[in-house]
Amino acid sequence: MNLTLKVWRQKGPEDPGRMVTYQVKDVSPDMSFLEMLDVLNERLILEGEDPIAFDHDCREGICGMCGMVINGVPHGEQKATTTCQLHMRHFEDGATITIEPWRAAPFPVIKDLVVDRSAFDRIIQAGGFISVPAGSAPDAHSIPVRKEDADAAFDAATCIGCGACVAACPNGSASLFVAAKITHLSLLPQGQPERLSRAKAMVEQMDAEGFGGCTNTGECTAVCPKGIPLDTIARMNADYLKANAK
Amino acid sequence: MTATIERGTATAPVPSTTAAPPAPKPRKRPSGFLGSSTGKKVVMAVTGAIMVGFLVLHMLGNLKIFFGKDSFNEYAHALRTLAEPLLPYRTVLTVLEVILVASVVLHMWAAVSLARRARRARPVKYVAKKSQAGGYVAHIMRWGGVTIALFVVWHLLDLTFGVVNPKGYDSAPADRMIAGFQPGRWWVTLFYLVAVVMVGLHLRHGVWSALQTLGWARGGRRRMLQVLAGALAAVLVLGFLAPPLAITMGFKG
Repeated sequence: MNLTLKVWRQKGPEDPGRMVTYQVKDVSPDMSFLEMLDVLNERLILEGEDPIAFDHDCREGICGMCGMVINGVPHGEQKATTTCQLHMRHFEDGATITIEPWRAAPFPVIKDLVVDRSAFDRIIQAGGFISVPAGSAPDAHSIPVRKEDADAAFDAATCIGCGACVAACPNGSASLFVAAKITHLSLLPQGQPERLSRAKAMVEQMDAEGFGGCTNTGECTAVCPKGIPLDTIARMNADYLKANAK
Repeated sequence: MTATIERGTATAPVPSTTAAPPAPKPRKRPSGFLGSSTGKKVVMAVTGAIMVGFLVLHMLGNLKIFFGKDSFNEYAHALRTLAEPLLPYRTVLTVLEVILVASVVLHMWAAVSLARRARRARPVKYVAKKSQAGGYVAHIMRWGGVTIALFVVWHLLDLTFGVVNPKGYDSAPADRMIAGFQPGRWWVTLFYLVAVVMVGLHLRHGVWSALQTLGWARGGRRRMLQVLAGALAAVLVLGFLAPPLAITMGFKG
């Protein structure tokens, strides 16, 4: 496969950045999207140019590090798939592919396609945890959990914090990420004592980071590589309202 | 014996983070519930619900024109004399009007405030952006709101104050309505049609979205609420379009 790539290049946080066009030849359809970029980067290094910086780690779709907006869609148009698990066979030979970083004020670009997602860490630090006495693990059956709750909590817990929801949202809202974390803990018995204070603290931190508000467009859940449902946002809103009513 | 492991350049931390964790930039903190994005959404949901309630009553009132001019005029008069012996003329109506105006103002305040927050959250636009969620109505809420606001101004000048109505202010409500939508004023009917369809699209997303904001749209209920929102929007559009279209096409007059 031969491809034309239009890639966002930005030397550093202060550089205004621009789109640069590259030709990539002899791409195997079995390559992942990141492997295709690796091939281009090897060539750029041999030519003495600066390789394209992009985030990646596990390359098996579970770490949440990779992520770029491919042809206007975070992680590309393939549903429920991270960029590292997106394969070149989903593209046509001779295609032009536009690659951009996540675009949001709370996610400043560090270089090229790499953005700083520390805002997510600070939201987790604000309340995305449970306070328990440390020690040996309790018996698995000591606290009963309904099967439905366990399933829904697990679905929410599959969020890898990649930030695609923010990138896709027309408002630059982090609601799906925050809601997934809040839902995951609020459905389990261990999350109950801090349930309302957690929701309040995390939503307030989300606002303080400068993310936009949710308008329920559903763009986030459509691009989420883990398919986190909009239900989580309804749960977050309910907990946040309860916390404020007290 | 302690071994010192030299970290390779590939795994070495970025210099800026080795010194101290970067202090989060001081940002303007939102103040209280109404300053939060979710709080503003709740204001929008509650004021929206008040306006939807008004629209349903308004539509039912409009349909009285099909029972004759007298029925329509009597209804308009009854609105002004609600709870009359107990309260002075137009008390209930004035109270309702104040609530309605407050709702419109708060709804617009929340919308403008959230739209500005959204714009600040994405200072650099995408070169290419492709929507993945089907509901395009969600993306025209702000334009729909502006269209509806402009229409309401015209609508009040036309049928409430009679400024741009052939019959003027000192006329029966039914006469203003029928004169306002005569075939010669087809462009008024057209503007009305566009605005009412906009209201329908606005509610198609707005009604279930409000319930989602209040935390009620969960699981199987979401699908049902979305269908109900669509049905309510359709009923309101048809109910509001029937009288002006009937008058303009000459079935009534």
